[in-house]
Amino acid sequence: MSVAQTTSPTSVSVDTYVDTPIEHAFRVFTEGIQTWWNPAHHLLDAPLEAMIFEPRVGGHIIDRYADGRECRWARVLAYEPPHRVVFSWDIALNWQLEPDPDKTSEVEVTFTADGPDRTRVVLTHRHLDRHGEGWESMRDAVALGWNLARYTSVASPARP
Amino acid sequence: MLTALGDPTRRAIFELVARRPSAVAEIARDVPVSRPAVSQHLKVLKEAHLVRDRPEGARRIYSIDPRGLAAARNYFEQFWEIALGSFREAAERAHRSDQEEP
Repeated sequence: MSVAQTTSPTSVSVDTYVDTPIEHAFRVFTEGIQTWWNPAHHLLDAPLEAMIFEPRVGGHIIDRYADGRECRWARVLAYEPPHRVVFSWDIALNWQLEPDPDKTSEVEVTFTADGPDRTRVVLTHRHLDRHGEGWESMRDAVALGWNLARYTSVASPARP
Repeated sequence: MLTALGDPTRRAIFELVARRPSAVAEIARDVPVSRPAVSQHLKVLKEAHLVRDRPEGARRIYSIDPRGLAAARNYFEQFWEIALGSFREAAERAHRSDQEEP
């Protein structure tokens, strides 16, 4: 199961083991993002049609809504299948799109084979200090008990 | 207070303090502003709970205030633990159905 690690005051790192080959784990994380991403975590208050992970450096992670709108909330900074992917987190702490790249953080995910049918996945979300201006609202949200565990069931299949 | 890190000098000071707890005089050596200006920036950062200070002899040593970042770290730690749990379930489910198909 997931193990939280402390690596630096401005980053968080979480890891897990997946009982699949590394190529499959990488593919589900990237191309298959909409099969696991929590459907509640989208920026616009509209029905979502698809999530697209463009598999190349310079690509984006895109939320596409049923009304035709698109939201590009991450830039793909590194794409090295099946070992590593890095994308920016262009989302302010209040879940609004952050247009200033200097105020965005970064997510790195590494995949390491642990046998033919098992993969270690380590996700590090770093440079959280760049979101500085939203810390106050974040503190309020945490203080109000906005606990993701409360409304997310890990077992429930994500729907597009 | 919401714009505590919006100022580039203040941001530089925060990053210095994040790397190493420092006194005003040490910080002033590394940023192109006067000591009184550094003190003023530190005051804003302190009010925003981004840095804190403690006395050490005649000086005050500034360091990161864990309260501000702690909230963000706590949030993302929970966020990603749950997201990775969902990812693991989805990956293993898809892998199993791949194997069941001829």
